[in-house]
Amino acid sequence: MNPETVIDAVSAVFMVVGALMSLGAAIGLLRFPDLMSRMHAATKPQVLGLFLLLAALGLQMRTWWVWPVLLVAWLFQLLTVPVSAHMVGRAGYRTKHLHPELLSSDELEAVVQKAAQKAAQKTANHGVDDDDAGR
Amino acid sequence: MNRKRISLRQELPLLVWLVFVWGALWQNFSPGNLLFGALIAVLVARIFYLPPVELGGRFNVLRAVPFALIFLGKVVAASFQVLYLAVVRGPNVVSAIVAVPLRSHSDLLVTATGHVISLIPGSLVVEVDRSTSTLYIHGINVRNAEDAAKLRKEVRDTEAGLIRIMGTKDELSALTQELAA
Amino acid sequence: MMQTVLTVTAVVLSLAAAGAIIRIGRGPSLLDRVLAADVLLAIFGAALCIDMAVNRHLNNLMLLVAISLIGFVGSVTVARFVAERREGSRES
Repeated sequence: MNPETVIDAVSAVFMVVGALMSLGAAIGLLRFPDLMSRMHAATKPQVLGLFLLLAALGLQMRTWWVWPVLLVAWLFQLLTVPVSAHMVGRAGYRTKHLHPELLSSDELEAVVQKAAQKAAQKTANHGVDDDDAGR
Repeated sequence: MNRKRISLRQELPLLVWLVFVWGALWQNFSPGNLLFGALIAVLVARIFYLPPVELGGRFNVLRAVPFALIFLGKVVAASFQVLYLAVVRGPNVVSAIVAVPLRSHSDLLVTATGHVISLIPGSLVVEVDRSTSTLYIHGINVRNAEDAAKLRKEVRDTEAGLIRIMGTKDELSALTQELAA
Repeated sequence: MMQTVLTVTAVVLSLAAAGAIIRIGRGPSLLDRVLAADVLLAIFGAALCIDMAVNRHLNNLMLLVAISLIGFVGSVTVARFVAERREGSRES
């Protein structure tokens, strides 16, 4: 076997698996019951999917100078995906998108309620709305 | 203009990263292009001022490479696990929100730990309490206290790995003491 | 071989895009829709990537980076607004 076909085969496998990761995200979107578990399926396998696809692209181009730009593209995704997932998840938790019956334990709820009580006391005492207390 | 002066040593990682991005975007790493990129990087860092990130002052490459490889392996394994859960378990999946107190109080380490944990499928940072540096993590397929303990251990192990890579000396010695005990 | 890979990935990605679009249409809340739109954008990115790899060109690389950044900015903005609006309405 000459190296050309090996590289082609490896990148073909990478491409198919990378595409399957996208399909997995879609299946997760459709099948998981609530927003939070959908988020797990939606954003994270894409990180691996894009990694595999970019690696396949790098292998197919067969030049070294595409690797840095592919790395930059992937690193941008690594930096942005957790941030957007956290923002959506936080907004989802605060707007009560959670189904409590699907959680085996929720260690955040007590903390949130305590903070809300504190905020309510503060507004009762001062009559002003301190926004940061609820955070 | 009460800007805090940033020493060049503190700014260097940012400048190197900017030059690397410049070279990568042009797909040209010739010295002339890199020099021009460095000029632009310095200009950008001076004009668009941001508060400096407080780095720990050390970076252990020997620890970073295995950490990156393990991270990649975990991402692959967990991606397939989430795929399996989506296909097989589907609507009956049970999750939990777990509070994980971290050792470090530096913003950089808490952020890095949260990022790494969020990138590994199956766990997601819902809320951060900065005053106690506690992460509230939503884990998928966490059915009982045992699974929750496993998740908590994984997060704290990740943080330990990050402290070994780029924590301050105090954090490192605290970590070795804790592990020895 | 590349042609079969192209066909297989095209089918897989089309199915994935269909799933994401169903979720956009059905999603009970705004956040579900945003999430599904983000996935759809990622699927577009994957399709661009595969096109580049099979046909061996790099014309869409910057588009790929731009798409992922747009998805990021979009979902963060919407999440921010959803949280703000709900908090405002609860307090008033």
